[in-house]
Formats: sequence, C-alpha cells, structure tokens
Amino acid sequence: MNKKSLKSPIIMLIYIIFLMLPIYWLLNMSFKTNEEILGKFSMVPDNFTLHNYITIFTDPSWYMGYVNSISYVAINVVISLAVALPAAYAFSRYTFMGDKHLFFWLLTNRMAPPAVFALPFFQLYSSIGLFDTYWAVALAHTLFNVPLSIWILEGFMRGVPKEIDETAYIDGYSFFKFFRNIFMPLIASGIGITAFFCFMFSWVELLLSRTLTSVNAKSIGATMTRTVSAAGIDWGVLAAAGVLTIVPGILVIYFVRNHIAKGFALGRV
Amino acid sequence: MAKITFKNLAHSYLAHPKSPNDYALKKTNLTLEDGVAYSLLGPSGCGKTTLLNIISGLLMASEGKIYFDDKDVTFLDTVDRNIAQVFQFPVVYDTMSVRKNLAFPLKNRGEDSAYIKKRVEVIAKSIGMEDILDKKASGLTADAKQKISLGRGMVREDVNAILLDEPLTVIDPHVKWELRLQLKVLHKEFSHTMIFVTHDQTEALTFSDQVVVMNDGVVVQIGSPEELFEKPAHTFVGFFIGSPGMNIFKADVMHDIATIGNVKLKLKSSYKKLTGKIELGIRPEYIKLSEDSGDIKIEITRIEDIGYHKIVRAKHQDMNINIIVPEDIKITKDFKYASFDTNHIFIYQDGWLVEPMGGSHE
Amino acid sequence: MNKTLNQKAWFLVLPAFLLVAFTAVIPLMTVINYSVQDTFGHNVFSWVGLEWFYEIIHSSRMHESLGRQALFTTIILLIEVPLGIFIALNMPKKGFWASFSLVIISLPMLIPGNVVGTIWQIFGRKDIGLLGHTLAGLGINYNYAENILSAWITIITMDVWHWTSLVVLLCYAGLQSIPDAYYQAAKIDQASRWSIFWYIELPKMRGVLLIAILLRFMDSFMIYSEPFVLTGGGPGNSTTFLSIDLVNMALGQFDLGPASAYSLMYFLVVLLVSWVFFTVMTSIDKKGDV
Repeated sequence: MNKKSLKSPIIMLIYIIFLMLPIYWLLNMSFKTNEEILGKFSMVPDNFTLHNYITIFTDPSWYMGYVNSISYVAINVVISLAVALPAAYAFSRYTFMGDKHLFFWLLTNRMAPPAVFALPFFQLYSSIGLFDTYWAVALAHTLFNVPLSIWILEGFMRGVPKEIDETAYIDGYSFFKFFRNIFMPLIASGIGITAFFCFMFSWVELLLSRTLTSVNAKSIGATMTRTVSAAGIDWGVLAAAGVLTIVPGILVIYFVRNHIAKGFALGRV
Repeated sequence: MAKITFKNLAHSYLAHPKSPNDYALKKTNLTLEDGVAYSLLGPSGCGKTTLLNIISGLLMASEGKIYFDDKDVTFLDTVDRNIAQVFQFPVVYDTMSVRKNLAFPLKNRGEDSAYIKKRVEVIAKSIGMEDILDKKASGLTADAKQKISLGRGMVREDVNAILLDEPLTVIDPHVKWELRLQLKVLHKEFSHTMIFVTHDQTEALTFSDQVVVMNDGVVVQIGSPEELFEKPAHTFVGFFIGSPGMNIFKADVMHDIATIGNVKLKLKSSYKKLTGKIELGIRPEYIKLSEDSGDIKIEITRIEDIGYHKIVRAKHQDMNINIIVPEDIKITKDFKYASFDTNHIFIYQDGWLVEPMGGSHE
Repeated sequence: MNKTLNQKAWFLVLPAFLLVAFTAVIPLMTVINYSVQDTFGHNVFSWVGLEWFYEIIHSSRMHESLGRQALFTTIILLIEVPLGIFIALNMPKKGFWASFSLVIISLPMLIPGNVVGTIWQIFGRKDIGLLGHTLAGLGINYNYAENILSAWITIITMDVWHWTSLVVLLCYAGLQSIPDAYYQAAKIDQASRWSIFWYIELPKMRGVLLIAILLRFMDSFMIYSEPFVLTGGGPGNSTTFLSIDLVNMALGQFDLGPASAYSLMYFLVVLLVSWVFFTVMTSIDKKGDV
C-alpha cells in the first residue's frame, strides 16, 4: 500500500524492542549460573539451568516473600473494593453535606508521598501490634488504593442511568440485592480495571512494604533488596526472583485484558 | 455539480461474499440527476449509509462502477471527488472560530486570502451566521454547529454534490424544521445535487424533490413524494410510507377478480396469470366505511381520533384492516362494511407492483 | 445525571472515610506533633514551635534535594509526554495487534520499583549487562555508579522505560473516543496530517493528557525505590531525590523533628501543584464537550 502504513508498525516495533530488551536480559540471566554470568558474556545461556528458580522455590527465605506479598496484596484489593464500591455509589447517585470536599480530601491521599508516611506508619502499626503482619501493609496501602478505587468506580457508575436503580427498587429489590445482582454486573469492567490498578499499585510498592515488615510478612521486594546488601550478590537468583515478580503482573493483565480494552472504549481510566 | 451514475454497483463488507445476503448493497443501476435534491429513505441497515459513503469515496465499492457525469470515479479518493459531507452529529474544529472553520478547506487548498474572505462571508450569510463569524465554534448549539458543517462543505465552489447522513439526528425537534427550511433555501440558491439520508419519512417527503427508497440493500423505488404515495412500486414502499402504511393482504388474482380470504373483489382491470407470492395493497385513505353495504364485512376494534383525521382499526376474520376517515365523517362501531376504491387497488407479485393487461391504470 | 440530596449517603461513604482517616489522619497528626517538638531521646519531648520548619526551609540540604527532584521531574515530563503521545498515535486501533500491543507495553508498569531498579542495575553494568557491555565495547565511558552524568542518564532512561506506557495508554484511550466522522470530515476538508493532529486529536486528548501529566508529576515527585536500588542516591548525593533524602533523615538518622517538618513541606508542595492541576482539569472538563 502506501509508505505511511509501514511507519506505524516500525515505530511500534522499535518501542516494543526498547521495552522488552532489559526484561529479556533479566530472563537471560535467570537461566545462567553465577559462574557463567560473571565469567563470560552471552546473549543466550550456554549452560541453560533452572538452578536459580529451584533455589527460590525450595528456600523459604525466598518463596515466603512471594507468599507474603500475594497475601497482603489480595487482602488489600478485597478491602479497597469493599469500601470503595458503596462510597463510589454514594458519590455517583447522591449529593450530601460536604461531598465535594470529601471527594477532594480522598484524592489528596493518593497524592501523599509514601516517604512521608514511612516513619509514622512504622510507629502506628508497631503501637497497635500489627507490625510485621499482612494487615499492616494491606491497611497502609488502602491509603492510596481506596481513593483511586473510588475515583475510577465513580466514573463507571456515572455511566449507569439512575433509572435502573429505581426500577429495581420498584420491583422490590433490597439495596444489597440490587447492588449485587443488578448493579455490579453492569460495571463489571470498571471493577476489573479497579482491581487491576489496586493490584498494580500494591504489588509494586516497596517503601512501605519494606518498612512495615521484617521477618514474618517480609515482602518479596524487601527480600530482594536485602539480599543486595548481603555479602556477594547472587545475580542468578536475583534475576530469577525478578522474573517471578513480573509473572503475577502478566497473569493479571492476561485475565483482565478484555475488561481493559472495554474500559478504554468507555473512556474512563 | 454533477450527475451521479451507478453501473452494476454492489458492495459487501465481507472479503468473499457467497450469497446475496452477504451484500450490504445489492447490484444497483441508478442515475441521480444533477442539481436535484434527493432523499435516501429506508430503515436502519437498509444500505443507505453504505450507498452514501460509496458516493463520497469514504468507502470503495467492492463491485461495479460509479460515474460523476462521464468520469469514472470508482477508485478516486474522496479528496478528488469534490463532495461535501455532513454527518449525524456536528463535526466542527472546536479550537477554531466559525470563520476559521469555514475557511479551513480553502486554506488547505492554498487559495489566496482575499478569495477565502469573500467566500466565507458569502456562505456565512446564507447560513445566517455572518454576525458570529468570530465566535469560537465550541460554545455553540448543536444546530449552529451543523450549519457550520454544512457551510464548510459548501464553501468550495466546485462541489459536485452535498451528502447529508441523517444530519438532524441530534437537533432539537423544534429546531429541526428550521434547518430543513435552511437546506431547501440553500438548494434553491446554489442548485447543488443534494443527497439526504434519513429513516424518517416525514423528513424525506418534505425535504426533497425525489425520494430513493431502499430496503435490505436494494433500491426499491425512486420517485417524487406523490408518486411514492399514490403508486408504490413495492410493498415495502407502500408499507413504509404513510402513517399507517398501506394495507397489504395475501391474495389470489384471476383475470379481474381478486380473492382475499373469503372475499371476492372486482378489480378495475384484468391481470394475466400470476405465480409466486401475490398480494393486494390499498392505502387506508382509499377505503370507505358504511353502516349497511360494502365489499367486506368488518368489525371495528378501535377508533383513534387524531384530530384532522381518524384512524380506524378493523378486522375481517383474521385480517387486520386500517382505514383513514376524514375528520368530518362520524364513525361508530355500527359501521360494519368497508369498500375499496378500485382506482387505488394495486397487485404485487413477490413484493413488486404488477401492471394489469392492457396498460396501467392512472 | 441528577443526583438526589440524601444525607443518609454518608453511611455508604463511612467505611471508606473511616479507613482512610485512620491510615491518613493519625499518622499525619503524629508527623505534625513531631515537627514542632525536639527530643533528647528516651521519649522526652519539648516544644520548639516552628524552629524545624525554619531550619528546613533554609537548609541547603533540602534545597539541593528539591532542586534535583525538580530537574528530574521536569526532564521526564518533557520526554514522556511527547513520546507517549507519539506512540499512542502509532498504536494499532483495533484487532489482534491492538490488544497485543496494549498488553506488551503495559508490562514495564507492572514491575515493582525495586525490580525495575535491579533490572537496570544489571543492564547497565559493564561486566554483566547488555547495555553496559555494549557501550564499553563502543568506547564510551559509561559508569552509573561513579559518573554523575551516567547516573542521571540511566535514571531518566529507566523512568522513561518504566512509565511512558502510562501516558501511551491514557492518550490511546482519548484517541479511541474520537468518532470516525471527524477523520472523514478532515479527509474531505483536505487537512494535512499535522492539522489533523493539532486541530482534532490534541484538543480531544486534553482531558486525558492532563490526567497523565498530573499522575506522572505526582509519582515522579515521590519516586523512591528505583533510584534507591540503582544508585542508592549516589554517586555522592547526585541522585538523592526528595523521598530518598527524607527516608534517610527519618528512618536512617531518626531525626524526627526535622524529618517531620520536611515531610509536611514535601506534602504541601505536592498538594499545591496537584490542586492547581485539578482545578485546571475540571474547568477544562466543563468547557470542552460535544
């Protein structure tokens, strides 16, 4: 056809190569032994090995990091959605005293630098005995995820006409039944996107998860960064750990990809 | 200005169409005369937007040819066809003023600024916007924006045709008639070929000189609004135009006797032997009701008084009959007979009008 | 939609309100508390009023961190926003390649900050990293651990790599919402590719662009893990941005007073800029419709 139609694919290809190259390198390293990594330089492992991954799966100090992270992220997503759904509903359907200020105040928390909260959280959760538990991190992350969830969900709920609510009430539905059976399916993509963002922000957050955990609930992020400060860096295992940390992200994207595409079509991110 | 001709034009959105049903637009031979205002009327999905987009070049037909005057434009790009198109919702450049919007096509062609200024003022005057030329386009009402869209299409003097794709969809009802009027005035002033796509028969019948009725990818009839009303060439036209549309009954025809159900009607002329699906059509306006005598015995189920006429819904056995009665005639449920005006009875074979032997009746 | 006035809606909002209040207000109060007191250890505090604020505002340490932070944020915005728009314009609009592209470019965003740091830490090393090795092979003196310019370039490239896709996704969503008719009309009007971008696409993307800029500003201003893992704030102080500096002060040195005052100032700056953006955003949202 015309040359214009080749320009875009080439640009996309360059961009995608730029994005994938460092990841590919990490993947490459994760399948090498430390000797090979430090000894020679190769684009593809000469001695392909799963040793690094095996270490992670068999050594509790590594795999517990994943277990812990997934645990507190899951708890956080559940809590965030649970409180954000009714709140977003309220903002989308009703006006009430102080509603605009409340909404803005909630948003400002999303804008809070985690560094500011590092020390106070440390002291707060220690004082109520939640230090080094999943709850500490899950609750700490709601500071950012709840406002974001409300913001996103409200946008989707706005698109559902109030008439549907009223019809349901006339038909005799209680609020809870209406919400669960009628409303939630209508905003399913919105819930999917919100869950995706909550997961994303909680999973990647390092500072607070590192500050609030030490042994029992140590996040994988903390495990990886503390490994770095130990004597001698185990590059192979570190690379494998990194690759494994990307996996949940890939899975989440894969499962919500249809909702994301639909959500973009609806125009509210 | 140009005459538009379709030769064996057909379009399928599929790469390998196998059956007629795969075609959005079935084989069409059609001529649209220069300078005439046409409506393209039909229900959703009948192919009218496809046809319009093939004329404008936004869509290239998968089969056949299209000519502007004698020039084959089948593979010509939109830009080179010199047409203007107005869409269902207003398309204006929000960041520009009205003046800049109108000037945009001319600027892109490299016309000189004195000429542009003059043209913009001429067009602005004919759409009634000469006072707000320097206002920003984004803050205006929907109908004002549609006028700008229209103006932008007309600002080029060599425009071959103006295509309008259901342009009044987003306009408030009480402003619609004003825009329709404006379009008619513009047509008189500039004599462009205009093609106005709509699914609203009132719009079609009041706006244009000629109406092209489409159904299911086929052009079913072209004619003036009167012709479409008085002599529908297809049962679809009969049914679609008029409110309510034509009454259509399954029938058997032998010479000059038509049998509907168990009723025999004498027709004005004789027909040769007919096969296939035979139907008899008569408009509600041409049925008379009587208390004591008539062709068909009926039972009135409902009388709707619209004001300037009444719509009577009646039944004969399992057939539904609609009758339109002028306002001054009083009708009650005691009116048990209906008579058909033989001058306005039409026979259709497989949907298409059949002429009787010996020529058509007037 | 017409919202009905109903004070009982507060019950629906209450759980969210209480939760966020708990996680936000209590710690903030702690911070405010510390910011106006001095401690001599063993939990003995004494009131010092605004002394810490005074000290922080005048400390060169804070100025320098703020300066580095401002420079960093400005640079990445100047790169990520145009680049993001550019990529969004070139993304396939529908079909398999569209979903494929959306998924692939989202990947960097889902990688935890410390892993991002680790990836680039490895990638940039002369001995074991593809980038470092290649650059060394080309004779370029590149060392992010010792050379300030190398460190800055690496950190910036790392952030561009990490987050440009966010801008791409948002702009892509904005572009998708432009009806075909606009492009068709532009074709009929013989508009050039640049005109289409400037008069149709860019105005329609205004809303999402503002969201993208706001999010990138906020997040880059608070960046911690990626530079921390890559350079630890070095060489020297050259890549010590605001969050790293604050955490050093608070959790490293346990200078509660100054750290708390620092925190509050930090928070206020972010709030202020965000408030400005938010107001501009909502006023544009109201104006540009249909």
